[in-house]
Amino acid sequence: MREALVHELTVCQALLAQVAEIVATHGASSVAKITVEVGPLSGIEPGLLASAFKAASTGSCAAGAALCIESSVVMIRCLVCDADSQVQPNHLVCATCGGYRTRVVKGDELRLRQVQLEVTKRPISETA
Amino acid sequence: MCKTCGCAISPANAHLTVGPDRATGPIVEVLQDLLAANDRVAMHNREHFDEHGVLAINLMSSPGAGKTALLEATIVALRDRYRIAVIEGDLETDNDAARIRAQGVAAVQITTGTACHLDAHLVHRALHELPLAGLDLLFIENVGNLVCPASFDLGQHRNVVLLCVTEGDDKPAKYPVMFRAADLVALSKSDLLDVLDDFDPLRAAEALRALGRPTPMVRTAARRAPLLGPWLAWLERELAARRPAAHTEFSGISATVTA
Repeated sequence: MREALVHELTVCQALLAQVAEIVATHGASSVAKITVEVGPLSGIEPGLLASAFKAASTGSCAAGAALCIESSVVMIRCLVCDADSQVQPNHLVCATCGGYRTRVVKGDELRLRQVQLEVTKRPISETA
Repeated sequence: MCKTCGCAISPANAHLTVGPDRATGPIVEVLQDLLAANDRVAMHNREHFDEHGVLAINLMSSPGAGKTALLEATIVALRDRYRIAVIEGDLETDNDAARIRAQGVAAVQITTGTACHLDAHLVHRALHELPLAGLDLLFIENVGNLVCPASFDLGQHRNVVLLCVTEGDDKPAKYPVMFRAADLVALSKSDLLDVLDDFDPLRAAEALRALGRPTPMVRTAARRAPLLGPWLAWLERELAARRPAAHTEFSGISATVTA
């Protein structure tokens, strides 16, 4: 398959590499569910990440696993009055004092949060 | 909870979705950045730059905003005083690297094929083709794209984003992730402002300011050397700032919007 022109595919490959490491560390056989946190300011489109995951996970230990994408709101803290506001991704302005100097405290995350592993029911000795 | 992504799967109903010979195992809490591997290599690249006292600038914009033309003009203005090199990122062709080499400086072309952005690994590979010890300033011209390159740290010290005046002045509002990453925004081809009545630099500055960072904005015009003054002054301040202490990290820029 020709690679799609989206960086979500690159992110997906990074995700699969991290998941493969966890599967190996825990001696699991495969993965049931992967939970990721993708904030509106991460630069990642959840829908594209989901499609990329379907393509990229084929043949990997995460093939068939459910991908749960948790989004969040954007929260900022004002550097002038210290108030927190929930804002739109392109309007990071303090809702209390109107200040333009703010810090993003939530909404730019791009994290692997949780992996639910699968184990084969039969012991390895029986399947050999 | 939704019906499509699988987040409704629980240990109680998992057997319905995962097949009879598999059983759900432990849940592993991770909390790791998805781009951690890229960021590690980016940090390594930054160490290379710092070790050699090289200022690395990541130049981003949409295609055709004039990144290469600005670099050509910048090289002409600074090449007698600073040792400059360029890493060029494009989907195809080494046309841009050839244009840079024609100005008498080293250029490494990265052709990404179908990838829409540079990443830290690609830049690291290119670094081995450059004489870092003999450089003051390295420009990394990213693939023309206002979306994907913003997510990947390359190890640069500063991000410069070009906003071409032939584009909409609301670009910072449309691409907040990219413009929020900028340490400087350059209004490129600004010599065309005289004949364009639909681009308002003040509106662009306002959209940029709404992203919550005091990002300075300068006007550039690659074909009008006298208009490059503020851009070259910014570069020289950054070069001077890196000279004495190589390890200062992303100190905030406190210049005001001058659009």
